Amino acid sequence: MAFAHNSLSQEALLDAYRRMATIRQFEERLHEEIKTGEIPGFTHLYCGQEAAAVGVCSHLDDEDMIVSTHRGHGHCIAKGCDVIAMMKEIYGKRDGLCKGRGGSMHIADTKIGMLGANGIVGAGAPQAVGAAIAAKMDGRRKVAIAFSGDGACNQGTTFEAMNMAVVLKVPAIFVFENNHYSEHTGYSYAVGTSGDIASRAEAFGMKAWRANGSDFFDTYAAFGDLLAHVRGGHGPAAIELDTERFYGHFEGDPQRYRGPGELDRIRAERDCLIAFRQSSGIAADALDSIDAEVAALIDEAVTAARAAPVSEPAHVLEDVYADY
Amino acid sequence: MAIMNIRDAINRTLHDEMERDPNIILLGEDVAGGAGTAGGQESIGGIWGTSGGLIGKFGADRVIDTPISESAIIGAAAGAALAGKRPVAELMFADFIGVCADQIINQIAKFRYMFGGETACPVVVRLIYGAGMNAAAQHSQAFYNLLTSVPGLKVVLPTTPADAKGLLTEALHGQDPVMFFEHKALYTKKGEVPDGPYRIPFGHARMVREGGDVTIVALGRMVSFAEKAADALAAQGIGCDIIDPRTTSPLDEEAILDSVEQTGRLVVVDESPPRCSLARDIIGLVAEQGFTSLKAPPRMVTAPHTPIPFARELERAWLPSPAHIETAVRGVLDWG
Repeated sequence: MAFAHNSLSQEALLDAYRRMATIRQFEERLHEEIKTGEIPGFTHLYCGQEAAAVGVCSHLDDEDMIVSTHRGHGHCIAKGCDVIAMMKEIYGKRDGLCKGRGGSMHIADTKIGMLGANGIVGAGAPQAVGAAIAAKMDGRRKVAIAFSGDGACNQGTTFEAMNMAVVLKVPAIFVFENNHYSEHTGYSYAVGTSGDIASRAEAFGMKAWRANGSDFFDTYAAFGDLLAHVRGGHGPAAIELDTERFYGHFEGDPQRYRGPGELDRIRAERDCLIAFRQSSGIAADALDSIDAEVAALIDEAVTAARAAPVSEPAHVLEDVYADY
Repeated sequence: MAIMNIRDAINRTLHDEMERDPNIILLGEDVAGGAGTAGGQESIGGIWGTSGGLIGKFGADRVIDTPISESAIIGAAAGAALAGKRPVAELMFADFIGVCADQIINQIAKFRYMFGGETACPVVVRLIYGAGMNAAAQHSQAFYNLLTSVPGLKVVLPTTPADAKGLLTEALHGQDPVMFFEHKALYTKKGEVPDGPYRIPFGHARMVREGGDVTIVALGRMVSFAEKAADALAAQGIGCDIIDPRTTSPLDEEAILDSVEQTGRLVVVDESPPRCSLARDIIGLVAEQGFTSLKAPPRMVTAPHTPIPFARELERAWLPSPAHIETAVRGVLDWG
């Protein structure tokens, strides 16, 4: 899709790059820190898909809502979650974004419309429909977005959600990030429509877009068209973003399903940060200085997370209910 | 006070509460009925008649007929709640928990805790449950025990029209998810209902009657069965305390333990198979915390460990009965 870069201000371009670089460095750093054994539990890295989250969320404001997945760090950062509080959460610390009770797979900040990452594949799509029901009632052209992968596109909940969104004509948006693997299984095998996800959304009766999810500008432009359609009151819509996952399904995944040279190739050919540098028209030193600022922020986040206090055993009992 | 049945008490409460709070929405299968038909909107008002008149008053944006998609119904309720609304989602039969369990047990129940305490998800799920209509194994179950076992959910079982109003109103004022179980055989049960705003706090049992010789804790429809048994026993000079917990999560443990402290004898009546039932749970509570009060081993009156059968005589044989309760009471009185 042709895209006029000058439709974005210099400030907006720098902001988009900063968000993508923040996701990249956050994840690359986690990849290293996990080896220390300090970080508990399962971690699923978003590295490689940054242009998808940022290309979508750059269009949104705090009133718009997203639901995310087990691979949710990128969506959280793109939507504006506090990076230091996120890092503390992933370290399981008391002053983490969710008090250390959610962890990597369950980060939420409803104040800024981040309704939750989710450990259950496909659980988010119906929740986005509900948020879209609320958005329609409020009548302020808000939208609700379900980020899903090529794995979740095979869950019945996703089918139910797409149908219900069309039936109720609510401003729900289904963003399918096709990173080519549902866990360790290839999408061309698991997605029965010859690997085509967008056609499924079309079959449910909504308009669907396709874009290169490893290219910020392509994603941004396509999602902008989609968003105008949905904000215009035409009901739900979907977009399939073709992208790449630079790491395994989870940290520790030996990735024996990858072809020879595949990881080197996707890093060389489909890195959204390299693509941005090549096509944004922004001077390299401006982007270099953002990289340096982001590196300092990630350093600060890791240092703060390590030093942060842990929970007390009594904290187990908090917040199960508002009152009981 | 007005006299009405439980069906009408629920319907009027929904009317009153939706009037009071514009954030309340109702969604489910055929809650209005008739969408997309020649007959037009509101063909039925809910197959149980509990949502009649709502769509005419509040419109299709707040009274939402959904496709038959239980996961999406409960998931949409969860998402709408996260976005600041107060959804009331109807599961036409509680058995359909089997279709949408993830959204209830992994999603709604977990959000507040898992997301750090600031995230409210005040969904009310109305689940229509219970045997007695020959609806067989997939449309008759009393799954309140399953949901009582899940931290983060509150579980409510109204047994009178007044309690239906008071407990539903309370659910619609709270900040926690509430599983509101309505027994299909109790909809026509009549009683007095207070006028005006009326809330019953959760975790407070109703002392149905005091008799002093034995404590009967009965759940849901089993309260009325226990009353029948207690009437027969009273004619023979045996006095029963009957406790209706009204909510199984939270559970009014104190009311049960206090009564057993007086009577020393306990029978629990539960319209569920015995394993991992509320009956076992309550007897476990008393064994652990009221052991020294007991004068006899407690007894359970439950359904057998089988699916619910279809034929009239089989379903009757499956259900606990007043006669079973009477026998159990005699058993705990005659012990030792």
